[in-house]
Amino acid sequence: MPSARVRVLVLRAAGTNCDFETAYGFEKAGASVDRVHVNRLADGSVSLLDYQVLAVPGGFTYGDDISAGKVLANEMRYRIGQQVLEFVEGDRLIIGICNGCQVLVKMGLLPGRGAAEGRVTLAANDSNRFEDRWVYLKVASTKSPFLRSQDIIYLPVAHGEGKFVTDSDTTLAALEQSGQIILKYTDENGQPAAYPANPSGSVGDIAGISSASGRVFGLMPHPERNIEPYHHPRWTRQEPESGADGMRFFMNAVEYFS
Amino acid sequence: MIWRIEVAIVPLFNDPAGHAALEDLADAGVEGLKDCRLVRVYTVEGPLEQEEAQRVGRELLSDSVTERFSLNEPVDTGLPGGSFVVEVAKKAGVMDPVEASTLKGIDDMGIGADAVTTSRKYVFTGSVDEVQFRRHAARVLANEVIEECSFRERDIAGRAPAPPYTFQKITVDLAEADDKTLSAISQDRGLSLNLTEMKTIQAYYRDLGRSPTDVELETLAQTWSEHCVHKTFRGLVEYDGRTIDNLLKSTIARVTSELDRPWCLSVFEDNSGVIAFDDDMAVCFKVETHNHPSAIEPYGGAETGIGGVIRDPLGTGLGAMPVANTDVFCFAPPDMADEDVPEGALHPKRVLKGVVAGVRDYGNRMGIPTVNGAIVFDERFVGNPLVYCGNVGLIPRDKVSKAARPGDIIVAVGGRTGRDGIHGATLSSAELATGSDEVWSGAVQIGNPITEKKMTDVLLIARDRSLYTAITDCGAGGFSSAVGEMGQHTGAAVHLERAPLKYEGLAPGEIWCSEAQERMVLAVPPENLDELIGLFASEDVEATAIGTFTADKRLTLYYDGNEVASLDMDFLHNGVPQLKRRAVWEAPVLREPRLDGAEDYTEDLVAILSDPTVASKEWVIRQYDHEVQGGSVIKPLVGALNDGPSDAAVIQPVRPSEKALVISCGINPRYSDIDPYHMAANAIDEALRQVLAVGGSLEQTAILDNFCWGNTDKPDRLGALVRAAQACYDVAVVYGTPFISGKDSLNNEFQTDGRTIVIPGTLLISAISVMQDARLALTMDLKQEGNLLYLLGSTRDELGASMFYRIHGELGANVPVVIPAEGKKLFDALSTATADRLVRSCHDLSDGGLAVALAEMAFAGGLGLDVDISEVGAAEGLADHVVLFSESPSRFVVEVEPGLAGTFEKAMAGVPCARIGRVTIGTDFIVRKAARQVISTDWPRLKKAWQAPLSF
Repeated sequence: MPSARVRVLVLRAAGTNCDFETAYGFEKAGASVDRVHVNRLADGSVSLLDYQVLAVPGGFTYGDDISAGKVLANEMRYRIGQQVLEFVEGDRLIIGICNGCQVLVKMGLLPGRGAAEGRVTLAANDSNRFEDRWVYLKVASTKSPFLRSQDIIYLPVAHGEGKFVTDSDTTLAALEQSGQIILKYTDENGQPAAYPANPSGSVGDIAGISSASGRVFGLMPHPERNIEPYHHPRWTRQEPESGADGMRFFMNAVEYFS
Repeated sequence: MIWRIEVAIVPLFNDPAGHAALEDLADAGVEGLKDCRLVRVYTVEGPLEQEEAQRVGRELLSDSVTERFSLNEPVDTGLPGGSFVVEVAKKAGVMDPVEASTLKGIDDMGIGADAVTTSRKYVFTGSVDEVQFRRHAARVLANEVIEECSFRERDIAGRAPAPPYTFQKITVDLAEADDKTLSAISQDRGLSLNLTEMKTIQAYYRDLGRSPTDVELETLAQTWSEHCVHKTFRGLVEYDGRTIDNLLKSTIARVTSELDRPWCLSVFEDNSGVIAFDDDMAVCFKVETHNHPSAIEPYGGAETGIGGVIRDPLGTGLGAMPVANTDVFCFAPPDMADEDVPEGALHPKRVLKGVVAGVRDYGNRMGIPTVNGAIVFDERFVGNPLVYCGNVGLIPRDKVSKAARPGDIIVAVGGRTGRDGIHGATLSSAELATGSDEVWSGAVQIGNPITEKKMTDVLLIARDRSLYTAITDCGAGGFSSAVGEMGQHTGAAVHLERAPLKYEGLAPGEIWCSEAQERMVLAVPPENLDELIGLFASEDVEATAIGTFTADKRLTLYYDGNEVASLDMDFLHNGVPQLKRRAVWEAPVLREPRLDGAEDYTEDLVAILSDPTVASKEWVIRQYDHEVQGGSVIKPLVGALNDGPSDAAVIQPVRPSEKALVISCGINPRYSDIDPYHMAANAIDEALRQVLAVGGSLEQTAILDNFCWGNTDKPDRLGALVRAAQACYDVAVVYGTPFISGKDSLNNEFQTDGRTIVIPGTLLISAISVMQDARLALTMDLKQEGNLLYLLGSTRDELGASMFYRIHGELGANVPVVIPAEGKKLFDALSTATADRLVRSCHDLSDGGLAVALAEMAFAGGLGLDVDISEVGAAEGLADHVVLFSESPSRFVVEVEPGLAGTFEKAMAGVPCARIGRVTIGTDFIVRKAARQVISTDWPRLKKAWQAPLSF
């Protein structure tokens, strides 16, 4: 563990609900974590720039009214936009999980500057309903420091509006080209597969994308829900241990600064 | 200015909501529709210029990739001309959560708006019969209780402000009223007070020499309602030649007092029962019903059911953090023919979909995992669906007790008060009938989970800073119940005009009794008031001082300085006359059908697996977030493909810790048709054996009772209830499992066409158990080829009210009988074996008996089996179908590795334990009697039959 612990800010707003377990994941990885309400950043009582990692956790901020993540995205843009921009420009990391991913996409931080800017969004699942299920994911690119090795990992999704869409195939190709598609839904062998392997109908089987630098990363699955030996849905079957696949996201983030 | 901003998905992209509307209408029988696109409409009022309204539409309300918007003109949906529209909007006064979020968004942009209303516009193409379309569209697309439907675009009109309220003191003259008049007053004012109660009130006010105010009468009605004081359970009952004084105390609560477990920290006194978890923490558990609201408006009823029960642990002690939800429903079969659905009742499929969506949207948004539940189907639930919602909370052990002190300020926190939900407590105590949906629609409550979530977040911070001395939730009866309860031993004075309102125009009695959701009441020492209000404001939650706890043992209410009620707390809480009723129970005359003699029972098994009560609930379960908070150990779906039916949930609410909680439920209303005593006994047995099946034990296991019954004014219904309550005592005391909380919902009868549909007496037992080590948890899916299978427990000729008889259209007579002394011995032996890690999988036998349990274990594990039933019940000469399908309680199938067989058999010495077969590779599912196969199939076929029925 590094002597000066990495400082992580887990952002909270009305309707955030995965803040405790996300904080726990970072703490397990050795970071020092504060759960901070967005109002504290807006009123200046907490400074975002005192932290190295910003995590926007899962939940239903503002009830996902209008569309998932939209109201918090709008709030962050208008109330703390400047701090966030400065934060991004430094050598820091941002992760958005599930609702946090929706927020980052809708405030324009993902995919961010580049050919795909403003051309990617998240829409309602093809099934038109919320679903909680475990999915296999292939690490399609190691552009983001959150994921360093290209292999298959297993995490749950739990969302109703997680379908990545692009305005065109050209945008999808550009994202692929630039290595910004970090995670893809696959079957257990890493091969492309339809629903339910791709639970939302996401184009290009996208499950997570990053900014051009890789330092801003958003994903729909929940790494913080697979960090204990008992989280795996088949741990009682004593199948080959998948090693709490979610921990690597938190460990890699902490290691990035050591 | 008023701007109507329309948002539509551009034609290039799917419109799943439009597609769903099309499907639902086709489902309802509307033919000829071709396409449908959904348009979201926001009507924004305020001093916005056109350019600002454009920005709101572009940046906030629409998505730049998938959507387009328009200002004050219909948005282009891409559908060709000739399309027609249906627009659905909330009725005036109905809360719309999107409104507040949209206003916040506009405000964050630095643009001011005064009001937002939303509506949904469906644009259709196709050619339809207009009359038929309109009739169905109104029902399918809108919820007519809270929404209204128009068949053209609504006018761009702002909402008319509600007329302000002008104070008027109203008294109700009772002094000279005769019996008929008293009953009429109760009826006309919706008080649900019986004549004896009205006469008690009359006498009280005669002595005082004045007339009660309308607010006083309302307060008494709420406080004395069946929902709040459980008059039936606490009353006098003449039964079987004796008088039972307080059924609750003499049966259910008696178990708890006799067992006197040191780990029961708070039972039957607070808003939920509390048991110890570890040295620092305790857990609370409460289960409620929300049947009548869900019958009228399934989505809102279920939403506020779950929202309400979350506030019970939150209002227990100084407040518990919610960590798990449970949901159990009873519906009529979803494929019921339209003509069988009585007038005034909604179709069961619609009720099911609405209830599931309500629980999903509220529970998921609160960030609470929904970990356990059940769904039972029976035709008699058609007018009276049962919706049980439970919540488990985690609380520090030093925060379990509370007391408001004189001088503490009464602070209302959370949502604002509106007209929603007025008369909920009295509604839940009344019978439903054709037309109820109109009469009671004012009682339907609308939930806003985000209001509750942000209130919960900040409440727990305030709790940990010790800023208040007591807390309770505003449930049925609103402020009236909450303040009345908290101030029972002190006194309270409330200034009703100080309560923050959603809109103008509420009379003092409406403010006092409103059941608007997401509100709690705190007792705050004056020196903490500023800090507390500031803390709540820092997270955008309203906290408002509305009065003071006093030392005068009176409840005094003011409106703008006028006294509108002054009640003696003692009369309010102890004045309700004890009900005195007669109960009878006559055993029905029944006989066993003759159904034996078949050679092969494969088709019977397939039929039982396809019964909706037994069938997979995956479609429902996946819509609930069952993993949020990161504590899940055993999920509701288990097995090789994560789709087998778990017996119970195991969660780890505290990290890092090895300790875990087991949560399970038992329910089987069918047995009531033979004997409610055995219905109740089996419900307890089932809940407990599920705890055992996931590796738990009876040690530190507590249970909750929730009775849903017919009208207990009728002696036979009450007699059935007495029998069920007696079973609760007889069984739980032997198992050593105390009751810690309970609730009843009576009057579940539905009047239609001159007949009454009475629900079968239904007891839900919920169990909660502390597991010392999560690593001991088990699942029910077969694990390994070659492992041995054992049947534990005695199989008897007990097919009465079984699934087997149900699929053959029979009831039978031999209801399963729990023998708790034997069950206890078996459960203790099994928990010793599981603690010693001798068991690889374990499944309890319930609906459908041995055959169903084996099938579920096989297809969950993706493995075959070869079982020989020759040894089972051989001494008693049981027929094959009895062995396969009897629902005798206290039984399990367990899987044991061959190398551990000897140790396991030794551990089970002295309890019925038969080796019946082994796990095989492949898909063969074979059950034999010696050489003769009685069930012979492959498990994928069984799985398919089990998965198909409830997959919508």
